Amino acid sequence: MPILKWVRYGAWTAVAIVAFVSAAILLGWWRVEGPGRADMVGQNEPAVGGPFTLVNHAGKTMTDMEFRGRPMAVFFGFTNCPEVCPTTLVQMANLTKQIGPAADRLQVLLITVDPERDTPEQLALYLQSFDPRVVGLTGSREQVDAVLKAYKAYAKKIPTDNGYTMDHSASVYLMRADGSFRTMIDYHEEDTSALAKIRMVLE
Amino acid sequence: MNRLIMGAVAAALSFAHLPTVASAHDYAVGSLKIGHPWARATPPSAKVGGGYLKIENSGTVPDRLLGGTTEAAARLEIHESTFTDGIARMREQTDGVAVEPGETVELRPNAIHLMLVDLKGPLKQGDKVKATLRFEKAGSVEVEFQVQGIGAKPQATPDHATH
Repeated sequence: MPILKWVRYGAWTAVAIVAFVSAAILLGWWRVEGPGRADMVGQNEPAVGGPFTLVNHAGKTMTDMEFRGRPMAVFFGFTNCPEVCPTTLVQMANLTKQIGPAADRLQVLLITVDPERDTPEQLALYLQSFDPRVVGLTGSREQVDAVLKAYKAYAKKIPTDNGYTMDHSASVYLMRADGSFRTMIDYHEEDTSALAKIRMVLE
Repeated sequence: MNRLIMGAVAAALSFAHLPTVASAHDYAVGSLKIGHPWARATPPSAKVGGGYLKIENSGTVPDRLLGGTTEAAARLEIHESTFTDGIARMREQTDGVAVEPGETVELRPNAIHLMLVDLKGPLKQGDKVKATLRFEKAGSVEVEFQVQGIGAKPQATPDHATH
């Protein structure tokens, strides 16, 4: 009976389609919401930060390990920067002052994005105007590029008529005492929220 | 009686002056008024510094700040700072800053501002820095920048200061 045969084929086709769609939905749930989702299997974590080897403003080679055990506030800047960099350093000093002695644990780091011009001597002179606890870091172009990459920070040399300037990430990275990334303070962030964020890494 | 009136007048005058003490530091050229030029002190090794001011055009024709010169640096340029996606950028504005009639333009930190490029020495808080500003139509005017603290913010406008 050909008609019955076609009905049977049709029915099996429908069963196959339903089975396929169900499997796809189940697989989708498994990977997006269920036990197989990315953050459950340890993928896709925003790994900001990491090891670095740089030279401080006294000319001494330093790695990230020397700051381990203390939360860090990491800022990328350069000494030929008239606004963002001084403003940020002054703001960080004001914020830590408001928090008081509890903020003494926080290590503020200024990492130059312009190692060609920012020698340790240049950084040392520059930092005379700010909180003496700030550590300035420079290094070879490769060393600086490596830390920029680890922090997913941006820096680009922009030629001008008389030399060049730098475009650069203007946020402060707040790192936990174990060196892991916690959060960022934006350039225009209100003091109250910046204070709350610093307190989070001091805990 | 006279002394009483004089005293009252003096008191009234000094009181009337209070809100504008810091900005009682204006210059004029043509129909332009330049309000309170100030600069930020710079760290010892800095080669650049920011200069800020207000320009009010009470005339009927548009004008344009083209730049100028200063005793404190090799060049006085106009730059614009911008922030997008957490990235700070600064670019020279080679065609200057337009000041439309009836408008006030403020050159301030993190926006369009003057840049003292190749400083001859650090700018120190309390210093006064001579400069000449050049406008397209009004011509040149000599001003003095008051150097404020390194992280100084623009003062509140007189409107706000009185509240």
